[in-house]
Amino acid sequence: MQLIKPETNFDFIGKRKAAFILSAAMILFSLFSLILHKGPRYGVDFAGGSQILVSFQQPVDVGQVKSALHRMGLDNTSIQESREGQTHLLQIRTIQTFDAESGILAALPKGLQETTGLAAEILSVDMVGPQVSKDLRSQALYALFYALLFIMVYISGRFEMKWILSGAVAGVFIGVVYLFPQIMENLFKITLPVPMLILAALILSLAVFWKLKLAYAMGAAIALIHDVIITVGLFSVLDIEFNLPIIAAILTIIGYSLNDTIIIFDRVRENLPGRGKKSFAAILNQSINETLSRTLLTSGTTLIVLVTLFLLGGGIIHDFSRALLVGVVVGTYSSIFVACPILLLWQKKQAT
Amino acid sequence: MKIRSWRFYAVCVALILATIYILPTLNPGLWPYKTINLGLDLQGGMHLVLDVQVEEALESTLERRTYELRDQMRRERIRYSSVRRLPDGAIAVRLTDAADADAFTAFQQKEFPHMDMRRVTVDQEVEFRFSIPPEERARLRKMATDQALETIRNRIDQFGVNEPDIRVQGERRILIQLPGIEDPERAKELIGKTALLEFKIVEDGYDVQDALKGQMPPGTELLYEIRRDAAGQETGRIPYLVKRRAALTGAALTDARVQFDSRFNEPYVSIDFDKQGARQFDRITGENIHKRMAIVLDGNVYSAPVIQDRISGGSARITGNFSMESAHDLAIVLRAGALPAPVKIIEERTVGPTLGADSIQKGLISMVVGGGLVLLFMAIYYKGAGIIADVALVLNILFIGAALAAFGATLTLPGIAGMVLTLGMAVDANVLIFERIREELRLGRSPMAAIHAGFDRATLTILDANVTTLIAALVLFQFGTGPVKGFAVTLCLGVISSMFTALVMVRLIFDALYARKTTVTQLSI
Repeated sequence: MQLIKPETNFDFIGKRKAAFILSAAMILFSLFSLILHKGPRYGVDFAGGSQILVSFQQPVDVGQVKSALHRMGLDNTSIQESREGQTHLLQIRTIQTFDAESGILAALPKGLQETTGLAAEILSVDMVGPQVSKDLRSQALYALFYALLFIMVYISGRFEMKWILSGAVAGVFIGVVYLFPQIMENLFKITLPVPMLILAALILSLAVFWKLKLAYAMGAAIALIHDVIITVGLFSVLDIEFNLPIIAAILTIIGYSLNDTIIIFDRVRENLPGRGKKSFAAILNQSINETLSRTLLTSGTTLIVLVTLFLLGGGIIHDFSRALLVGVVVGTYSSIFVACPILLLWQKKQAT
Repeated sequence: MKIRSWRFYAVCVALILATIYILPTLNPGLWPYKTINLGLDLQGGMHLVLDVQVEEALESTLERRTYELRDQMRRERIRYSSVRRLPDGAIAVRLTDAADADAFTAFQQKEFPHMDMRRVTVDQEVEFRFSIPPEERARLRKMATDQALETIRNRIDQFGVNEPDIRVQGERRILIQLPGIEDPERAKELIGKTALLEFKIVEDGYDVQDALKGQMPPGTELLYEIRRDAAGQETGRIPYLVKRRAALTGAALTDARVQFDSRFNEPYVSIDFDKQGARQFDRITGENIHKRMAIVLDGNVYSAPVIQDRISGGSARITGNFSMESAHDLAIVLRAGALPAPVKIIEERTVGPTLGADSIQKGLISMVVGGGLVLLFMAIYYKGAGIIADVALVLNILFIGAALAAFGATLTLPGIAGMVLTLGMAVDANVLIFERIREELRLGRSPMAAIHAGFDRATLTILDANVTTLIAALVLFQFGTGPVKGFAVTLCLGVISSMFTALVMVRLIFDALYARKTTVTQLSI
């Protein structure tokens, strides 16, 4: 059985203008949505507060639950309802945190039963204090930055044999990102906001890789940033909460999307020596077409398992699998339509 | 090509090891190896991060030193006009006679060498200011955290939890994982209680009402007894004016037990003092007959009985509307000792056992369904070769499970998702190889040559492509905690095992199937 006939020859590179417009539109749309919603919607891990999952065996009136919570001293709660089989689940969110002495959690099932007349069971509690959520936010940003940096080093090393150069650049950036905030803090008593720091470091490192003519790394990195922005943007549009597992999903997408990119780049490298009079664009096209079957098959099987996870995996990994679903689609697209055109752009610049 | 190549032996060793490690999980007790650890999100339990309020430990150290300073000066007959705390935390001493300054300096070097002393002149008077030097502060902070960890470990051991995990995180945080805990609220109360027990003499000579209006004699403080009804609801607060300095603290305890008072039909906690504590208790009760002694736990008065007589037995009882459970827990915390500083819960994640079991079931179902679909797809698309790949995919799951058990890693819900995802992604290596073989066949190579060329040329690509996923997974492992870390682990293991199965095992099967035949005319691919 064959999905893609061997003689297939789509002109992917020829469509790069359309792809560019599409990508630009999606990125703008993502940024617009992010600005409109004032940043991503943080879940309890990153915003702090408490999240309590309560189950009832019968439908329950949310208004009654709210008034019960209010009486126990939990104000400004938001409640999300869902159903799994016979069980009705309520996800209660509040920015408050409370300790054992308040006795709120111990009294909650009883309080809910008194108001609603239905037996309630606490399935899970997540409570994150402000210091911890702040730590988690900056850790997540550092993780994304480091992952990107290491991957750029690896690509530069493998595709252009510039291990030492790219490694040194990355080393300098890691050192600066690690030491600079401490120096500022100790000498000038200035605490740098981590997002600004990471953003600056990211832009600077991209600029340095550009200056050092590490084209493959640039292509891959821009494709990755493209994926992350669009995934985050789609989350903002779909109003999905940002929690720790979503960061795990984004990092996985980074690795996965790169998979596709590398396999195409690998083909490019293999096809380049015997290219004869073929243009670089034609080589790119040929490489994409030769690997197209593999790209679609792998994405296809991954999507199959992700859809089953999404449908059958239960509420807790619902958002996680949804993030991966979005990411895999965007990642596959970007490998073909973003990473390759950037490589071409670079090649043209070199030629002139 | 020879079948019994290094590949053959590698696959044999891998299979044997995997079987040894996976068996206990499938059939517990069969083998003396460990089963796969389930994360708290799967088996239910509580994850807590405590922040040790180390500044309070410093504060109480300074408080204690202030008393010691006064006592020692009295003993050494150095007369002082005042010893007080400054707003910045330092202790300021003013001497009655400036001529004593030299003697005082010698005294400081002998008795308080670990404190910094500065000499300043304020209002034309000489003042000595004591503070704790930075290294000493750091040591005290660290000690407070270590001590808190030890005390909490003691309490949890006495409470009885299977395989608790308690460790210091960073400088002043303590991470606690209690799997399978049934009453999380009670455990939290037990862990979070400072349990500082103090005996303080009540100042009956002054009117409490005056003190409530703010007229407090020096060296005293106001504490409250909280009255509760049977349901635990607060019914009222009774103020007590007590001496600030504790006559005796829980540090002198040797034992605490729950006893039952048949007269009032309620439990109480009986405590025993060590020798020195017993002597001190004897002296204090003797000196304060007919006065009241407040029994104070964490700043709350539990009871304030009148001292009828000198108590010399070295034991006392704490009463105060206890339930059996709360008396039991109080005895535990008193035996384990007080925390050197209060702790604050800054992160809590509790998963009930129902949700955990539900998660396992759903995870397994999605693995079976998703995996089954992928296997079916491969068999249809690549026919014979697809079935070979399917064998490798199934073995992948075995290898990941065995590796989890072997390394003592923890399987979490995102970890199960990672395994499912690995199924989808592990196909990749096989797809790369098979597509390559098909290409070589189209170029007109013989089946055997196509197999060799396919594997050889795909190997580098597979390595390249997987390293990036590995990089992402390793960063995730480094940064993540709990469930997310579990995902990173299975992803890493999945990537490694999928490379192994595709490049070594599938190749071995291909070789075994086609190498012996001298003329292979057609491949099922």
